[in-house]
Amino acid sequence: MIIDKNATILYYLLPKFFKEAEKVEWMKNLKEYVPPSFVVERDDYRCIRCKACVEQCSFGATFYDEDEDKVWNWNAKCVGCNRCAAICPTEAITVKRADPTYRYNHNWNTHIDGLKKRAIFGGTPVVSMGNDKPYPIYWDHMLLNASQVTNPSIDPLREPMELKTFLGRKPAKVEVSDSGLKTRLAPQLELEIPIMFAAMSYGALSYNVIESLGRAAQYMGTYYNSGEGGLNKDHYKFKGNIIVQVASGRFGVHKDYLDVGSAIEIKIGQGAKPGIGGHLPGEKVSETISETRMMPKGSDALSPAPHHDVYSIEDLRQLIYALKEATEYKKPVAVKIAAVHNVAAIASGVARAGADIVVIDGFKGGTGASPQVIRDNIGLPLEVALAVVDERLRSEGIRQDVSIVASGGIRNSMDVVKAIALGADAVYIGTAALIAIGCTMCQQCHTGKCAWGISTQDPHLSKRVNPDIASKRLINLLEVWALEIKETMGAMGINSIESLRGNRLNLRGVGLNEKELEILGILPAGE
Amino acid sequence: MKVVKIKEDNCVYCHLCEVACIVEHSQSKDIIKAFKREERPIARCSVEFNYPVSLSVMCRHCDDAPCMEACQNGSMHRDERGYVVVNPDTCVGCWMCIMACPYGVIKRDTRREIWGLSTKCDLCPDREIPACVEACPNEALTFEEL
Repeated sequence: MIIDKNATILYYLLPKFFKEAEKVEWMKNLKEYVPPSFVVERDDYRCIRCKACVEQCSFGATFYDEDEDKVWNWNAKCVGCNRCAAICPTEAITVKRADPTYRYNHNWNTHIDGLKKRAIFGGTPVVSMGNDKPYPIYWDHMLLNASQVTNPSIDPLREPMELKTFLGRKPAKVEVSDSGLKTRLAPQLELEIPIMFAAMSYGALSYNVIESLGRAAQYMGTYYNSGEGGLNKDHYKFKGNIIVQVASGRFGVHKDYLDVGSAIEIKIGQGAKPGIGGHLPGEKVSETISETRMMPKGSDALSPAPHHDVYSIEDLRQLIYALKEATEYKKPVAVKIAAVHNVAAIASGVARAGADIVVIDGFKGGTGASPQVIRDNIGLPLEVALAVVDERLRSEGIRQDVSIVASGGIRNSMDVVKAIALGADAVYIGTAALIAIGCTMCQQCHTGKCAWGISTQDPHLSKRVNPDIASKRLINLLEVWALEIKETMGAMGINSIESLRGNRLNLRGVGLNEKELEILGILPAGE
Repeated sequence: MKVVKIKEDNCVYCHLCEVACIVEHSQSKDIIKAFKREERPIARCSVEFNYPVSLSVMCRHCDDAPCMEACQNGSMHRDERGYVVVNPDTCVGCWMCIMACPYGVIKRDTRREIWGLSTKCDLCPDREIPACVEACPNEALTFEEL
């Protein structure tokens, strides 16, 4: 099948030597076979030609042929999002992975398409969601403890269990006088559960998704992060449950924006694309996005790789204090860094620069758009980064100066428990929250055509997320996770999340080598 | 009195309300048989589309129903539930109700041999919640008290 030239050109960052006219000419003359990744199978007996799937496919992969009275598919355009299968009233549709059409070659099979695409388009492919390569998942190599006989386990359904978490700088010691607390406390973020919604911007996500995240955060007494895309005026109503982000692009940052946030997060790096700035493809910059971001409609929003006023820890300190000054020292300032090789030293520097919260973003974190090479090859696993940062801050005696938020690839409630046991104060969930809303991880966020209405700005597509339903689902997810966390804590004989924090004795490693265990700071199973 | 509320902000243009309506008004009430084996009934609701707006429209069961006034022999009448319905035994297919309806939600069923039959939403007398409301995947149709 001939690839859809016009649709694909948008998703590639073309090198500069292609002039606009040349690019168009080049694409026009392209004829290349790209084997489909998916095959849509339709049971002709069950298909009633209601054409629901035709309307729902935003990638143009499904169409109805009147002459034949049949619904057909362009398999090459199918992204495997399963929207058609989900909407089909007769369950006539099955989306299957296409069998590889090339002769089996372990070394090359997964690279042939990538090589061809680069050669055909002369650009580097842009992808989305998190790293999809089979790197080790350390969460699955850690086991939790439980109480037996010698210490009692606790039943969370019958006994009180505390998940309340405070994020922010804690005093090294507390002085108390007769009239109360003498020590002046730094501003704190109060979380009912140690789970927040990660930075996903309005622009990357549709209006309705942000609305759902806001409602869920408000209901659950936690926070959602605005991401770097600024804040739509309509969402100012979530004041008290928003963390506002200041990233290198500085989109939509102004006094009101900072005031609405309960905390301010400076984004230095993102787990999915450490070392480069945010990407928002132009096709997602709609009228309202351009207003919110204060930029022209339809233009690519490519944030600079570094903050151009932050070239050192000293510069970071200036930015942190500039933001603290702007908000009268009433709000904690968080700094989000991607997990990279020297993450422990960097986190220590960030803590000393005056940050109240440091966010560590692992390489499995998601993104709305990132060059494939960067998403797939840069960064560190969150588990490792978290362990070394916590260890470093403790050994330097500055752990109380910052709270640690773990982010990037938290898939379930047990990942949350393990992250907290490794030393995190709270976690961010992004992808997990989107999956709760309906995302099927088809990795097409950068195209702006999300068939589930999540990562799109098309007003017709974004209607597919109903904030009433989506916020309920998010609340369900957080409530279930909270219960699961309480159950596991109860099994360990712990009744407060505070007692679990950094409690690595409750973790045991399986299938890890000695060095990995040493870095994670946990004992092997059986020891 | 409960009515179907239309929320155009949530309509995803999937036409599942129409499908459900056809199935509900078919003989077998089986989706595949209704579409493939039997004479297919007319959907009482229809999804209108004008990018980016889409919404499903069906009879509003007006208090001052113009179709009832226009009907020459009282076939269009209000049933015991308070909803406007057609009596198929007396309808002569003069289509005056169609002319009078401000929403354009009355359809012509011309399959009867002698004369036509006005077809419109009857809010599924056999069901607690109308089929279209139940089928809507995004709560764009809800069955609520007026």
